[in-house]
Amino acid sequence: MLILHCPCCGVDADETDLHAGGQAHLKREGPGSTDDDFEDYLFMRENPKGVHFERWRHAYGCGKWFLAARCTNTLEVFGTYPAQTLEPPQDIKDKITAKRPGWSWGNVQ
Amino acid sequence: MSDAVSALQGKVAPGEVTIREAGLRGMIILRGDLSDKKLRKVCTSLTGAKMPDQGKAHCEGDKGLCWMSPDEVLVLVPYSQAVDALAKIDAALGGTHYLAENVSDARAVIFVEGTFAREVIAKLAPADLHPDSFKPGDFRRTRLGQVAAAFWMRDADTFEVICFRSVAGYAFDLLVASAKAGAVGHFS
Ligand SMILES: [Zn+2]
Repeated sequence: MLILHCPCCGVDADETDLHAGGQAHLKREGPGSTDDDFEDYLFMRENPKGVHFERWRHAYGCGKWFLAARCTNTLEVFGTYPAQTLEPPQDIKDKITAKRPGWSWGNVQ
Repeated sequence: MSDAVSALQGKVAPGEVTIREAGLRGMIILRGDLSDKKLRKVCTSLTGAKMPDQGKAHCEGDKGLCWMSPDEVLVLVPYSQAVDALAKIDAALGGTHYLAENVSDARAVIFVEGTFAREVIAKLAPADLHPDSFKPGDFRRTRLGQVAAAFWMRDADTFEVICFRSVAGYAFDLLVASAKAGAVGHFS
């Protein structure tokens, strides 16, 4: 069972209280972008066995979105942080490095 | 004007843990800046309760304030006062960024009272209800079985549950089933 700490309301929420929102830190491509960039934005996603960054919504609780870093292989959660964060915060990356030396995710490491 | 009735019209299922629909209750959803002085003042003047901190509820009788999210508070008042209370909120906060809505007729309130009330809830919700983790005054939005619900403790043996009116029958029956199945002894 996956339990994520909601940084918005402080609750440790069970997976069934949450709604998965897919990959975090996507850069939105819109008018003016190339077709290739737009296609990447719409369809291309990381699909790692291991470290992953995701969006989650505390659907049955406070209703807010937040971001989570976890391992898709072991369900270990490295941390959660506010949705208003453009890239993985350093303290979260440090925690991951301590447990998964040499990890990378897209062009994040 | 028609007579307002609550979802289950005060239905009671007596037992070692009694499940009782509370009848009509005034409820106003208020979204805005919870640190705003005007907002806090009008909430307290309507309910007599202090603005609760994150994850808390301050309730006394039919009145109270429940912390719903970082920008949302639930204002509880007697049913007959809800329309007037909403007007007072609008008067106090006019011109600021807020939203208030009278949701009294969209909700139901159910009391769970008795020695193992804590376990009746714990069996149905994915929440940590250990006596060290969830105490009187604590408030939690989560689900009961298949439906969204929120609850808080009035005292050691009493939970107050709110859910949408449309699922009040389901929530009531679920709580009755959990109570009938008896205590688990998990927390004792
Ligand atoms: Zn939350």
